[in-house]
Amino acid sequence: MTKLTRRSLLKSTAAAATLAAAAPTFSWAQGIDDLVIAYNVNLPSWDPTVGASAVNPTIQGIYQSVFDQFILQQPDLSPAPGLLTDWGWNDDHSQVWMDVREGVKWHDGSDFTAEDVAWSLARVASPETGSPIQFVWGTLENHRVEGNRVIADVKQFDPTIFKWMYFLTGYVLPKAYYEKVGADGFEAAPIGTGPYMVEKYERNAYVRLKANENYWGGAPEFKSVTIKFVTDAAARVAEVESGNAHVTLEMPYEEFDRLKAGKLEGVAAPISDIGMIFFNDIEVMTDPNVRKAAVMAVDKQAIVDRLLSGYGVPIDTLETPEYDAYDPSIKTPYDPEGAKALLAESGYSTDNPVKFTIQTTRGFKPKDYEIIQAIVGLWRRVGIEAEIEVYEIAKHYELRAADQLAPAAFYNWGNSVGDPTTSTGFAMYGPSPHSVWDGQDLIDMINPLWGEADEAKRIEGWKGVSRYIADNALVLPLLQYVQPILHAPGVKVTPHASGALLPHLMTRA
Amino acid sequence: MTLIRRILLRLLTMAITLFGVAVIVFFVIRVVPGNPIAMMLPPGAGEEDIARLKALYGLDKTIPEQFVIWLSGVLQGDFGTSITTRQPVLALVLSRLPATLELSVVALVIAVAIGGTLALTGTRMRGTRSEGAIDVANGMALSVPDFLWGLVLILLFGVLWPVFHISGRVSPSLDLPFVTNFYLFESVLRLRFDIWADLVAHMFMPALALAIPLAAIIAQLLKQSLKETMHLDYVTLSRTKGYGENHVITREALPNAVLPTLTLIGVQFTFLIGGTVIIERLFSYEGLGNMAIDAVINRDLPLIQGIVILFALIFSVVNLVVDLTYAALNPRLRHG
Repeated sequence: MTKLTRRSLLKSTAAAATLAAAAPTFSWAQGIDDLVIAYNVNLPSWDPTVGASAVNPTIQGIYQSVFDQFILQQPDLSPAPGLLTDWGWNDDHSQVWMDVREGVKWHDGSDFTAEDVAWSLARVASPETGSPIQFVWGTLENHRVEGNRVIADVKQFDPTIFKWMYFLTGYVLPKAYYEKVGADGFEAAPIGTGPYMVEKYERNAYVRLKANENYWGGAPEFKSVTIKFVTDAAARVAEVESGNAHVTLEMPYEEFDRLKAGKLEGVAAPISDIGMIFFNDIEVMTDPNVRKAAVMAVDKQAIVDRLLSGYGVPIDTLETPEYDAYDPSIKTPYDPEGAKALLAESGYSTDNPVKFTIQTTRGFKPKDYEIIQAIVGLWRRVGIEAEIEVYEIAKHYELRAADQLAPAAFYNWGNSVGDPTTSTGFAMYGPSPHSVWDGQDLIDMINPLWGEADEAKRIEGWKGVSRYIADNALVLPLLQYVQPILHAPGVKVTPHASGALLPHLMTRA
Repeated sequence: MTLIRRILLRLLTMAITLFGVAVIVFFVIRVVPGNPIAMMLPPGAGEEDIARLKALYGLDKTIPEQFVIWLSGVLQGDFGTSITTRQPVLALVLSRLPATLELSVVALVIAVAIGGTLALTGTRMRGTRSEGAIDVANGMALSVPDFLWGLVLILLFGVLWPVFHISGRVSPSLDLPFVTNFYLFESVLRLRFDIWADLVAHMFMPALALAIPLAAIIAQLLKQSLKETMHLDYVTLSRTKGYGENHVITREALPNAVLPTLTLIGVQFTFLIGGTVIIERLFSYEGLGNMAIDAVINRDLPLIQGIVILFALIFSVVNLVVDLTYAALNPRLRHG
């Protein structure tokens, strides 16, 4: 047996002291110099305009900390002057014009100019660049600079083009710097005009940001921000609980309530993501009575209250209250008796139920599988027997693109720009690879809206589409998600309805 | 068979194994549902956009054509470009490999230290309550999977008594003066014990979570081998010569009893490396395993291929080293 000697004791003490020095420090109640955020996803790439990560809604918050979008999006999803101070079409909609903010600097100190805006737009419009949104940016051509104004010709009129300028891939990159360092150099040392500058980045680990004191929108309050990529929800909760991180997001609602009742504080606000069930117009789903009964039999409020601890907003259309084409008068009330009556008209009952498969993910969104289990239980009571098939989200995307989803399939749809084309439009328009409802009547209704130049008329048109969808039960909208954010008492967090967690919107409490 | 001939034969077998793994992984990940293009389709994309993206990532060709292109690239050291990060796959996996290797080696050292100590203590205390307690602890360690140990450790040492870091490999506030990604190794070489301590504070919990089940296996097998050896004549003889029990166990019985354990450690080490996938994810440790999960979620086919090939290579090399070590240590094999 090893004897305890003075030397061994000294060694052990020294080792313990060294480890103790390396142990985490805690700063719940202290002044926060370096704001630490435990983020729920990794950042695979720094270029916000190309590749798969460019269309990943979850990491837009990191991009928006470093890069500015063409147009600023405020926390309530509304647009505001950003790098573009004013914008619009000419009278016959054959051109777009954009006025560029003056006095803005890139992170390397060079001047931001209208050339940067024109080049950024032309770059993503080119098919060679590899932008996943090229089909939108490609509707503009001949980008040119006239003084402080950028002008482009409209190849194909898209009423949402300016909305895309604060949506996926709508970022301004530095022309001179990018051309000098190339794609790899930009990936290694990205610069933008955003509120924070990248100080250090370790892939799969963290990014350390330094405040841009010259930010045109005002210097952020926290001068140093570390975003740690902590993909496991339990570890993220432990990070804030132990004081290793000051802010985190996306944890089970039960954990959110438990921790909020203790030393931590929390905000939970509705975001632009919704939960829905696609109906594919195959098999029994071609029977309107079955679809309508399936919608009427679901008690959405009970699902929100019991499964999501109240953190959710039941919805009746694919438009949430923050969206431009939200129509509160459209209702699809819970009516199990009505559902039974409709099913009876088609010869179904609890003794002779209508049968179909419903697909769902498990653990991809909060309580997704449990929600579907509850819905299947509610359906059973009225005469619908649905068999649950669990699949990975990757399989959902593939099946949906091939129009091979089951008669019913759960999905979450994100639309942080709030326009009806990017929610109801793409989800329900038959030719879209995202839609599995192919009814010609709906296609005919939507077709004229894609190019409608009168904004009021366009929005009204989409409201009409939503009403038609609800009346005919072409989809089952479930709920709008609420995003839980936990934070230390020393921090005040302003949630953004897009779901982006933005450090420059955080201040000292 | 000479040692060189044996090594050459093993290297040939390894090459065939790696080729087989390459074929299987390449075809399987293309057959299972979920393709990367569908994953990155934005709202509003049409058939033309799907075709354009497929062509951009080389997925518009037939699977055998894609395989030939990929394999010819691999033979020239080009494992392709990651779809999600748009970085060369080889550079990505090699940058993460050191983190995983360091974690695995530290976990192995912890497992051997704990398992060996328990086995020796159990043998020394055989027939007493202490041996029973060790057996119970072994059973518990074996029956709980490593990720659950990870959660227990996070609760204990991350939340209730927060002495270790919960996530990451090193504190973001530290500036690392290293030229390799073997941070732990290089911090010792450069005498940067502040960074070393920070690395250990990050690595301790994931390494211990990985080590606990392996320690239990080592303890069980080594104790059993020691028990059997303790009844052999030469051990009895050493006792009659008057040597103490500690000497008999460590100097006489252990050298013979350790051989099967050594083989087991080699085999288990490969499983331990496989276990890093979940543990690295849980602790957000920036290793190969964590990257593997992201690659699978995003259907990043080139990256999945690169990681699987590298894992297969590691397994093959470890097995080769174990076989050679065993041959060197076992007199019967050493002399043919």
